[in-house]
Amino acid sequence: MNGNDTAISVNELTKKFGEFTAVDHITFSVRKGEIFGFLGANGAGKTTAMRMLCGLSYPTSGSGTVAGFDIASQGEQIKRRIGYMSQKFSLYGDLTVEQNLRLFSTIYGLSDAEIKSRMAAVMEELDMSGMARSRVKSLPVGWRQKLAFAAATIHNPDIVFLDEPTGGVDPVTRRRFWELIYRASSRGMTVFVTTHYLDEAEYCNRISIMVDGRIAALDSPAALKQKFHAETMDAVFRIVAQDAQRSE
Amino acid sequence: MQLRTLGALLRKELVMILHNPLIPRMIVALPVMALLVVPLVATFDVKNVEVAVVDDDHSQLSRRIVADLDASPELVVTALPPTHAEAIQLVEQGRADVVLSIPLHFERNLSEIDVEANGVNATKGMLGMQYVVSSVGSTLRNVAREQGRDVAADDASVIYRFNPTLNFRHYMVPALMVFLVIMICGFLPALNLVSEKETGTIEAMNVTPVSRTVFVLSKLIPFWVTGLIVVTVGIIIGSTVYGVVPAGSLGGIYLATVLLSLVMSGLGVTIANKSATMLQTIFVMFAFIIIFQLMGGLLTPIGSMPEWAQCLTYAIPPRFFNEIMRAIYLKGAGFGELRSQFLWLTVYAILAVTCAAVTYKKRSGG
Repeated sequence: MNGNDTAISVNELTKKFGEFTAVDHITFSVRKGEIFGFLGANGAGKTTAMRMLCGLSYPTSGSGTVAGFDIASQGEQIKRRIGYMSQKFSLYGDLTVEQNLRLFSTIYGLSDAEIKSRMAAVMEELDMSGMARSRVKSLPVGWRQKLAFAAATIHNPDIVFLDEPTGGVDPVTRRRFWELIYRASSRGMTVFVTTHYLDEAEYCNRISIMVDGRIAALDSPAALKQKFHAETMDAVFRIVAQDAQRSE
Repeated sequence: MQLRTLGALLRKELVMILHNPLIPRMIVALPVMALLVVPLVATFDVKNVEVAVVDDDHSQLSRRIVADLDASPELVVTALPPTHAEAIQLVEQGRADVVLSIPLHFERNLSEIDVEANGVNATKGMLGMQYVVSSVGSTLRNVAREQGRDVAADDASVIYRFNPTLNFRHYMVPALMVFLVIMICGFLPALNLVSEKETGTIEAMNVTPVSRTVFVLSKLIPFWVTGLIVVTVGIIIGSTVYGVVPAGSLGGIYLATVLLSLVMSGLGVTIANKSATMLQTIFVMFAFIIIFQLMGGLLTPIGSMPEWAQCLTYAIPPRFFNEIMRAIYLKGAGFGELRSQFLWLTVYAILAVTCAAVTYKKRSGG
């Protein structure tokens, strides 16, 4: 794949915790503007792999680039060009919606004028105009997730990493969240998303299925279904993951 | 330096501290409570020493000794048991601290007189014994003088400088402020940081370009301010309630406070960086704080520690703050005399802040 339209490229990336190999020599690349899904059971190594890409954890071996920067040595440059939203709630609950967005915008170096216009746009897009002064912890989970997504993308990053962004909410709320993802993607943002909801896998351009730290399958949802002669992603996942050794 | 980012992070800390239901109140209430109550109850002044006198002499002199003992402000003669064994029994029952035995024919021979003290409460026993000895001594001298004999002049005259009435509060008020600064400026930043770890917001920070120095500073700066608030409350209560006014410069006190706050909050953040949970942090902090309190010269003078321990106290930053506080408060000392203490504190402050920044890792695992 040619460097110019590659957002993420990873070669033999490995992470060991003592004897335990959490991520085992994975190799893949993600095109710019793509919605790339990382699927797998709990403990398959999705989050560990993502944390290495975001500069939160050093790889044990292997190499890779994110937004054109080396993941082992240029973590801080990467951090300027990505957004990250973790499965753990990543906003400050005691701060209001406005204060949270302002905090993250300032950290990413947006000017006061940019902050003002971006915040107005985000509040409009999220339909939260009346809630600017509500404390984040008083909002329902679904709203908080949308807000966390907005905070992670307020600086228009090249790539946004979403680690199980829709945990614990109902399908309708999940679908609304995916609308946000699509909108970001349509603006050219690359989206890297881990999930264990198989319905969400259908929304991705391409997905990789991780089993026991390795990538067991990687293709578009349609191609995967064809390859495994399966009707649904659920069936594909069952076939691919049936040999998994690690349990939850 | 990312000054704008630091500003934004400090604003965040301020909002979070003010919004916390407990912390802002604690910052004011803890010093107020501690300073209102502790100086009144935690006192080393020994009063009401209970004396049992075994008077085998039954002379005029022995009765005078007993009367004088009872008249002295620190002593109370609670019993006149007929035998020494019964007197010891009273000590065992906790009804006497000191036993004075006046032997038969004491008046005639001026033979030896026995004083025994209960050493279980060492301070009370020791001081009680001294009070009794000095009271008996003065009675004997007075009698001798009345009989026209030559007596040596009274005991050496004693004047206590800087705390003329030997009022324990003068000593306690600055010590309490040291105690409070150690506790509040050590624990709050440590707990604050580790709670960000537990809620996961620290990840959200680590994945941004914020520099670790800026992030750590945003955790330290609020607690110098807290330290200054604590000391200000202390100075106000000390002077209005106890009349203990700093004899030296306020500037010196505030400068030393900022330095100690940096030391303590740097230590707290370092410990939090190295701990995964609140429990771990609290436990390790306690270990440090207990050693700081006991070895920093807060309760017992450093000069009476064994020499090796005195050397160790140079590793205990509050020791210097304590010396500065007492010197400024009671003696009115200036910067010149306290140069070395300020220097030591500055070195420790730089060390602690550096440690806090270096041990903070935005990225884990090698």
